[in-house]
Amino acid sequence: MPLLTVTDLRTTFHTRTGVYRAVDGVSFAVERGETLGIVGESGSGKSVTCYSLMGLVPQPPGRIESGTALFDGIDLLHCPPAQARTIRGKRIAMVFQDPMTSLNPYLRVSEQLIEPLRIHDSISRKQALARALEMLEAVGINDAAKRIHHYPHEFSGGMRQRVMIAMALITKPELLIADEPTTALDVTVQAQILELIRTMQRELNMGVIFITHDLGVVSGLCDRVQVMYAGRIVETADTRTLFYAPRHPYTRALQRSIPALQPKGAELYTIAGTPPDLSKPLPGCPFAPRCEFAREKCVTTPARLFETAPGHAHACLRAQLGEI
Amino acid sequence: MADRPILEINDVKTHFPVREGFFKRHVGTVKAVDGVTLSVARGEVLGLVGESGCGKSTLARTIMQLVPTTAGTVVLEGRNLTSGSAHALRDVRRDLQMVFQDPYASLNPRMTVFATLAEPLLVHGRCPKSEVTARVAELMNQVGLAPRFMQKYPHEFSGGQRQRIAIARALALDPKVIIADEPVSALDVSIQAQILNLLAQLCRQRNLSMIFIAHDLSVVKHISDRVAVMYLGKIMELGPAADVIERPQHPYTRALVSAIPTPDPDAERARQRIVLAGDPPSPLNPPSGCPFHPRCPFAAEKCKPAVPPLFPAGPGREAACVRLDEIGEP
Repeated sequence: MPLLTVTDLRTTFHTRTGVYRAVDGVSFAVERGETLGIVGESGSGKSVTCYSLMGLVPQPPGRIESGTALFDGIDLLHCPPAQARTIRGKRIAMVFQDPMTSLNPYLRVSEQLIEPLRIHDSISRKQALARALEMLEAVGINDAAKRIHHYPHEFSGGMRQRVMIAMALITKPELLIADEPTTALDVTVQAQILELIRTMQRELNMGVIFITHDLGVVSGLCDRVQVMYAGRIVETADTRTLFYAPRHPYTRALQRSIPALQPKGAELYTIAGTPPDLSKPLPGCPFAPRCEFAREKCVTTPARLFETAPGHAHACLRAQLGEI
Repeated sequence: MADRPILEINDVKTHFPVREGFFKRHVGTVKAVDGVTLSVARGEVLGLVGESGCGKSTLARTIMQLVPTTAGTVVLEGRNLTSGSAHALRDVRRDLQMVFQDPYASLNPRMTVFATLAEPLLVHGRCPKSEVTARVAELMNQVGLAPRFMQKYPHEFSGGQRQRIAIARALALDPKVIIADEPVSALDVSIQAQILNLLAQLCRQRNLSMIFIAHDLSVVKHISDRVAVMYLGKIMELGPAADVIERPQHPYTRALVSAIPTPDPDAERARQRIVLAGDPPSPLNPPSGCPFHPRCPFAAEKCKPAVPPLFPAGPGREAACVRLDEIGEP
């Protein structure tokens, strides 16, 4: 049984200008020890998917309309809050993009590190501090015994992200959700952090959901990748298949617009148009208005995610029919 | 004088004093830019890469004379910017424009697109009042925005469109050099490609020179003719963009290039990565000799005593490493 199974998750935001379907019927599963990449542009719903699981969607204006998220047999979206709290922060942990805004600037790092332990485990302060110190050393902070008593502003960006990771992993979670954890960092620091996540995952046999917009990061880190567009999953496959044999036109377009893969000096490939307005009804494929392969039926017929090969599913009508 | 570079930066230093305590005692100096010499030819795109804190943005601000220069000269078409009066500087600024990273922060939210683009035209008296509207419409067309959006405010546009407005503003005065400080870092991949295409096309059409600052080496490789790699306020390596990024010579450039994740799973899993330990040292207290030696896998005793100058390293290439011949091909 997978560690986490999400089925038909729908999250909407009710605003004055309409109801925005940020996540529109998303289903996926994560196994123990597996790294799942979620790729998409801003507004594709990749973060909101994970916020919904963690109970971080502000309600109102947000609302989880439907769906289940089974974690070890417990539905995170419908179980009593007290039960959810024993899972979130202990068995499922999250790392955010910006370590400057997600650490409390008024508290010493030591206080923030031991907080999850003090809440979830009956453990003395002294023992908790010892564990925190161990964890800081494990994530590669030199001179941890001294640094543990510092405030967040005394750390550099990369070091702060290490502290965030130490905080997330201190309860030895079974699932780690990392929301663009390296986007704000330099490439050299990014390489360090990715290496750290990889090592920690092997040690704890965690499942990891890695959210990013950078296809480069995904290629080396993830076992499986799913591509999101307009709140839906448009393609999901193992990493090699997704990179070497993508079927959905959006995945192909995304891949083609990476400068690294294009001849130097040539005009870069771009996707015409902009993503659709998620408050308007989208009867067909959400990518159809920007898709070079789109036909009449793409705009009107609902596109379902359909498995065309073992482990490879995509939501392109024409590719499913073998037309492209 | 077709061969003379349009912009010359000679041994520029920008130091910031650090003061502390009640009496504002001088406790140290941050050498943000420490002896940089560069030149940009007409129509050339020079890429400037490096990690955060390496001084690339300070160098841009020094060229623009937004921060005082401690030493050295910035010469634009024979006019020295560092010694000019405020009045002379205003004339020069017309030829030197900047595009910033965050189009959400660099546009005034209370000004319509029209007001934003008309302001430089009126301040510098570039065209009579009656022609301003036509000129603004022309600018908008050039950056791929429909002139009918002229009366809209920045918040009504997407990130990519806002960056187009910022580019139009930089183009308003027909500059000769544009300094683009991380212009695509805040944008999504598909939008990034659109803005890169626009910048490349504008440079070609108008024979514009550009200094393109970024931390993403693949973007820099794509758009630049030459690239300069900075570390701790100094140039580490300089040369033709594709050459430097495909066959880096300086150990720092090698580490930087090896850290870029490539969107190719097989290559990504097969390759050897040089993971640098730690963070760049503080510019307040830089190491002696080569600034990279404490983190360099090839560091030796002779790297420590003196700061290495840029040595010739192949056609059109230079690298600041004393062990270039000894460390072999990458």
